[in-house]
Amino acid sequence: MSSIPLFSTAERNPIVPGPGKRLGCERVSALPKLAQVTPASRLEVQPAPEMVSSGVRELDALTGGWPRGCLSEICGAASSGRTSVLLAALAAATQRQEACALVDTGDMFDPASAATAGVNFERLLWVRCDSHAKDSPGRHPSTALRAGSDTEKKNNAESSQTASAVEQALRVTDLVLQSGGFGLVVIDLGGVPYRTARRIPLTSWFRFQRAVEHTPTVLLVTTPAPCAQTCATVLLEVKQLSAISSQLSAPAHTQLLNGFSVQGELLRSRLRKPVGSVATAFETKTLCAG
Amino acid sequence: MPFACIFVPDFSLEALLRAEPELRSQPLAVLEGKAPLQKVFAVNGPGRRMGIDPAMAKAQVEACSGLVLRPRSRLQENAAHAALLDCAQSFSPCVEDVAPGTVVLDLAGLGCLFGPLPKIARDLARRASELGLESNVAVAANIGTAIIAARGFSGVTVIVEGKESDQLGGLPVEILLQEDLLTGGSQPRDEIFETLRRWGVRRLRDLAALPEVGVSERLGQQGIDLQRLARGATSRTLVPVELPLVFEEAAELEDPLVLLEPLAFLLNRMLEQLCARLGARALATQELRLELELANGYADEESTAGTPAHLSRDPRQRFHRTLRLPVPLLDPRTFLKLLQLDLKAHPPGAPIVKVRLTAQPASPRAAQSGLFLPPSPEPEKLELTLGKIAGIVGEGKAGSLQWLDTHRRDGFRMQRFAPSEPREKPATKPTGDLVTALRMFRPPVVVTVTMRAGRPQEIICSRRQEVGGEIVWAAGPWRSSGDWWEQQPWARDEWDIAVETTSGITLYRLVRDWLAGRWLVEGIYD
Repeated sequence: MSSIPLFSTAERNPIVPGPGKRLGCERVSALPKLAQVTPASRLEVQPAPEMVSSGVRELDALTGGWPRGCLSEICGAASSGRTSVLLAALAAATQRQEACALVDTGDMFDPASAATAGVNFERLLWVRCDSHAKDSPGRHPSTALRAGSDTEKKNNAESSQTASAVEQALRVTDLVLQSGGFGLVVIDLGGVPYRTARRIPLTSWFRFQRAVEHTPTVLLVTTPAPCAQTCATVLLEVKQLSAISSQLSAPAHTQLLNGFSVQGELLRSRLRKPVGSVATAFETKTLCAG
Repeated sequence: MPFACIFVPDFSLEALLRAEPELRSQPLAVLEGKAPLQKVFAVNGPGRRMGIDPAMAKAQVEACSGLVLRPRSRLQENAAHAALLDCAQSFSPCVEDVAPGTVVLDLAGLGCLFGPLPKIARDLARRASELGLESNVAVAANIGTAIIAARGFSGVTVIVEGKESDQLGGLPVEILLQEDLLTGGSQPRDEIFETLRRWGVRRLRDLAALPEVGVSERLGQQGIDLQRLARGATSRTLVPVELPLVFEEAAELEDPLVLLEPLAFLLNRMLEQLCARLGARALATQELRLELELANGYADEESTAGTPAHLSRDPRQRFHRTLRLPVPLLDPRTFLKLLQLDLKAHPPGAPIVKVRLTAQPASPRAAQSGLFLPPSPEPEKLELTLGKIAGIVGEGKAGSLQWLDTHRRDGFRMQRFAPSEPREKPATKPTGDLVTALRMFRPPVVVTVTMRAGRPQEIICSRRQEVGGEIVWAAGPWRSSGDWWEQQPWARDEWDIAVETTSGITLYRLVRDWLAGRWLVEGIYD
């Protein structure tokens, strides 16, 4: 029976390793394999990523902009204003003369809205993913000249038949990120049902996040609800507060949709303190395209 | 003035070996003529050791085991000769096209650039070898001596000025009786050769030692010219060639190709040759044209057209593909990958019997960009990426947007994505005006609308139930129409509507298509 009490009734003494344990720690740290290991307390502080303007003053004040070399997520329901925020980011990036890529999962991009927002189409690569398109690969008639060995041909036929728009978007995003040189890459999953978007494996998000790390590329994702989880450095949720219209009581032919009143809530940001969510409100304006 | 002559012995053989270098160590015979009267036209060293001689019939040599037979290919000879000219013109702008496999270049003034004459000769031979042609190179003070020395001596030869007669003396007299050395004259060369043989003239020194008067009386001016050639004492001016810059490689296939992998192997070799020839002229290319001759071609009813590649088929069983690049490039691996992606998307549909690859020359681009400019994608990587993306999403589904001259909704087309180089310009600050965006439904969603007092009250959509619901607010209509002079006019009324859904208020653009007589939800404001 041990005579040493487990707890002191008078006071709690901190647990101090005995001489045997101290010797053990010293011996462990002296092992050659661990000689090159840097203690966590001495790890260098990673520099904060460069922030670029989101194109919206209120969001820049809230989030500081979008960070380069990181994955940022904008989530919101339909008519929440997320696409307006997306177009503002594209406009700001193209005006900075950066090459941008938009992976449009549902082929829902409206060029007229983008032109009104100030997007320079010469610098925007628009990839229209749509599994039901007539020109999708695999729909060409089979020909006598085969594309490779039998196994590869079978794999190509199977993959082309089963690729959905989301799968196309993920593969295209991989290619765009590997190519490099883009200032802003946007994956627009806003038109994808949440039950489909949430099935995107976490490994894909992790792969995208690692692909943009240490690059000047801003990776922006729009989703109906948070999907990227911990891979997103910044998570912004947008909600529609109200739709703004003039002359509500007037006949329909005299009314006009002036825009939205939108609330943007910063749900997560690893780049700023406090860690808790903060919100801001801003408005969109419906301008007539020329 | 020194001249150099590059001579490729057994030129038809070398042209074939340029396309199939793995046959160099094997016995190889080139056949010429129409079946069944084909005869051996040329044979390489291992083949001669087997006892194969030119002019043997095909039937005689077919039985030899290990002997590789190939038909003579004019296409490959033309490509090889063009490569030889490129090699010569990479050293000197004054090049004369003497005969297939023989070129002469003027070396005057090149010592400062390339070094002494022996070094220039070695560099010429090495450059020709890099282009796939094993050649003899001879340097002499006059053109005739350079040609004779290149044809008579193997490897690199430098004829010292004043010692031409001594150095050429041991060569057989038959070497003079080439068409390109005999200029003019009334006597056929066979007669001259016969006369010299009867005289016992076997070597050039024998011909050089003959008295000039006697040669003139018996053989005329031709004889005098031949004697001067034998002595190395001719002089004539170089006739420089001004060939159009055509960079083309071609190959005729013994067996039709069915798979893409062996075609890629062949294309890789042709691209390397093309890029080497372009690089020798300090050029790049911005357009590649691939022409395939098919074994059993057929006319394809479906035609696709669009940038960057165009497809056309004609009844002569030919298959064309054109790759247009945004900037001049000179990387054979990039070209091969782009061609592979293109052929996978547009396979020829029949076995291939002939391949022709042409590169349009262009000045190479200056790649230096500013230090403080925003980064942009590398053109080579971008082209490959766009090709791979097209393979995933389909042709015409990736690129940048170009507006068409119309007010029609979705009046745009896709074009190649080629961002211009960024210019130094101060960054613009955000205006703060956030534009209300619209998300388009493609195709638009057909709905049923209940109207009351000229105002939509409810929409029902059978295919997308989330779109339907009671309309709590509506603005419109805004009427527009256009293209009534075209075959596809349009006329529509637009409404902005708010529909109450479980998640809140959703704003749509509702369209009444007057010509089709239906209601559509065109997009959602987001």
